[in-house]
Amino acid sequence: MSAIDTASRNAPARRGAVRRFAASPRAVVSALVLGTIVVLVALAPVIAPHDPNTADLGRAFDPPEAGHPLGLDPAGRDVWSRLLHGGRFTLAGAAVAVAVALAAGVPAGLAAGYRGGWFDTLADWWFNLTMALPAMVVLLASRAVLGPTVWTLMVILGLLVAPSFFRLVRSTVAAMRGELYVDAARVFGLSDTRIMGRHVLVVVRAPIIIQTALVAGMAIGLQAGLEFLGIGSGDLPTWGAMLNEAFTNVHRDPLLMLWPGLALGLTSAALVLLASALRDVLEDRGAPAATGRRARSRATGGPAPSVSAEDRTALLSVRGLTIAYPHDDGSAKQVVNGIDLEVRRGEILGLVGESGSGKTQTAFSVLGLLPEGGRVEKGSVTVDGQQIVGAGERTLRRLRGSTVAYVPQEPMSNLDPAFTVGDHLTEPLRHKLGLSRARARERALELLRQVEISDAERVLASYPHQISGGMAQRVLIAGAVSCDPDLLVADEPTTALDVTVQAEILALLRSLRTERGMGVLLVTHDLGVVADVCDRVAVLREGRIVEHGSAERVLTAPEAPYTRDLLDAVLDNTPARGPWRPREEETR
Amino acid sequence: MNTTGEQRGEGPGPDLGTAHRPLLEADALHVSFPGRGRRAPRKEVLRGISLSVRPGETVGLVGESGSGKSTFGRAVLGLVPVASGTVTFDGTRIDNVSRRARRALGRDIQVVFQDPYTSLNPSLLIGDTLAEPLIAQGVPKERARAGVGALLDRVALPRDAVHRLPREFSGGQRQRVAIARALAISPRLIVCDEPVSALDLTTQRTVMDLLLEIQERTGVAYLFVSHDLSVVRALSHRVAVLERGEIVEEGDAERLTRDPDHPYTRRLLLSAPVADPVRQQERRRERERQFDADTP
Repeated sequence: MSAIDTASRNAPARRGAVRRFAASPRAVVSALVLGTIVVLVALAPVIAPHDPNTADLGRAFDPPEAGHPLGLDPAGRDVWSRLLHGGRFTLAGAAVAVAVALAAGVPAGLAAGYRGGWFDTLADWWFNLTMALPAMVVLLASRAVLGPTVWTLMVILGLLVAPSFFRLVRSTVAAMRGELYVDAARVFGLSDTRIMGRHVLVVVRAPIIIQTALVAGMAIGLQAGLEFLGIGSGDLPTWGAMLNEAFTNVHRDPLLMLWPGLALGLTSAALVLLASALRDVLEDRGAPAATGRRARSRATGGPAPSVSAEDRTALLSVRGLTIAYPHDDGSAKQVVNGIDLEVRRGEILGLVGESGSGKTQTAFSVLGLLPEGGRVEKGSVTVDGQQIVGAGERTLRRLRGSTVAYVPQEPMSNLDPAFTVGDHLTEPLRHKLGLSRARARERALELLRQVEISDAERVLASYPHQISGGMAQRVLIAGAVSCDPDLLVADEPTTALDVTVQAEILALLRSLRTERGMGVLLVTHDLGVVADVCDRVAVLREGRIVEHGSAERVLTAPEAPYTRDLLDAVLDNTPARGPWRPREEETR
Repeated sequence: MNTTGEQRGEGPGPDLGTAHRPLLEADALHVSFPGRGRRAPRKEVLRGISLSVRPGETVGLVGESGSGKSTFGRAVLGLVPVASGTVTFDGTRIDNVSRRARRALGRDIQVVFQDPYTSLNPSLLIGDTLAEPLIAQGVPKERARAGVGALLDRVALPRDAVHRLPREFSGGQRQRVAIARALAISPRLIVCDEPVSALDLTTQRTVMDLLLEIQERTGVAYLFVSHDLSVVRALSHRVAVLERGEIVEEGDAERLTRDPDHPYTRRLLLSAPVADPVRQQERRRERERQFDADTP
């Protein structure tokens, strides 16, 4: 029924979705099963061999025979014909319930999510109330009041499941209301109805289709349940009513249970499977590419590369590192291509490149934390003489924090809003260094003072949302240096910060280097940052190092054409635009 | 350009005397947001901003996060309510106007946002996205679609982009789409909210050149909001510096970015690192000398 209709309505907009649908066996099989059932049931008056209500008491319980493929029921009616006709009421009933639920839930959800305000409060209150009602009790009561018609019951059921649509649509719409493209549409002068039709419906379409299939399955089940209890409309041949009759005669002819049960089971299973297949087909659209969750880098086969004597002296030594993301078809996309790097103690190495150059991938491989799907194909990474490539999780865990630590780009999203700064800082101290609670707290305060936070006591008790972005980055740096690592990997640590705060954070990195002799691998796109703190710099382009040298030499006398392009794009020496003059002639 | 320019020809003829009159004028503009909690006082984000933009002029608005610079742009666009003060566009009040009047303003005032990833609807084809402002202003669908190819030419994107989705484009290309969309109905003012901040260095440069070239050609005015003084310096005729909802300094871009009067502007300028180790060291020393003595 409606699941298929809505799926095909979705089709013209997205040819890609149709192709993915056709490529998924689960989707195709469940759609075929459902389609067959719907067609058979719809054609019942044509293909059913007998009238579903013509009884021949003398032939009650007769086994299957020619003309009666499934035999006869306790009243001597043809089971196959009753099954076909009964499906009409069962499916149509479910369709009514879904239609009512959609009509009540979706528009209300759209309006509440988009406009908010009093309507949102009122609608939310109403649908919460509806959700709190026990469906079965309401249905039983309404049957007692309104009489045993399957349609009324299904309308009421639709109203009872409407909250699931309302909540789904409302939360999706409320989340996208803040999207810039909705703001842009308002600026263009689109009316709210147009914005809903163009932007909002497109986004909520997929979840609604999925929810529809699920609700349809549920409605069929509930309806059958009601009729099985004998609360349906007695004279209609529905699947639930057939189950009820069969159950009273379960000892005489157990086979009678099978047919309606099979029909119900197949339909519900097909709907649920279709819903889950549709979710896979429709919801992977628009997902940002290759930003998978971080997963442990998988070790490559073969023995781990040996560690040379030279690598032992450098704090970080990267030799011939190649990182690739294998595709399903066996090929692999290389994002880092045989690079060599070295960081010594008390040195800041800048790793410079534009987006897609592989600089962040390199940083993650030093931590042994490549995003899901990525792996080190070739080469070695040693930190303080320890091989990272192919190392087990236990070795990596020991190294992280105490030997190599990480400072991320987005300070705010790297602090858990549910915990205080103190929780974030003391947790690793207690686990890695085995300090007592009181000692860990003392040490945390000390760390906060080291990163130049003056009111450390207050910051320690604060939640992340109570502190500024610059403060959060100081906290993360404090956390990174808490277990006294030798190497700090900082991935664009100041990109999300204001320039005045950036200057302070860079000063902090500089003092960590000089005072603690820490080595820093600083990933950045900003050549000004490189000029400010880096001793040496490596310029990365499309996974290869195009230039490598002291920061002063690379920035003042670049050799690679790409480095020159980058420096040309820096705006430091661009002349300011002159003062405004009115145009000589009006061009319009 | 020509096709869209003609739609505008019905208006009053060009009056050379208006060239000096501000196109956009904000006077003592206040904007506040509700505070956290029921009884919390409202948070004042803009405290009496007065700023004007003349036809064909670029005014840069610089400040750090929380200074209210983006809020000013959003107030001009009608996306946040104005608490007090006025915004005038071409002689007409546009603060807190009706939804209908605001929709009509879409013809004159457009926007380019910072994030090219969320400012385009990921499910709409580029062609539909570009036709949107035209359709919103009542241009028939066929004519709107016909104009889309020319728009893509203007921002140097291939014409077959029409049938593709935003996710098939890089950040710089998406920002070109966003700019093309803003140009679709030949506006007189474009509010640019950090339009190059999310882009790579080399891409940033080409998008800036595109903005300059469009201004030369069409005479559109920009209100250019950015945190980056060097970007603002290269693009703006005039610059205003915002700190905690107030303009602390305003002046010609050249003077203000070379020899600022206000300590806050000086601090912003000296904090931005330059890509030359020797000059950067001097700049750092100068900043430390001027500011670190009196700040903790």
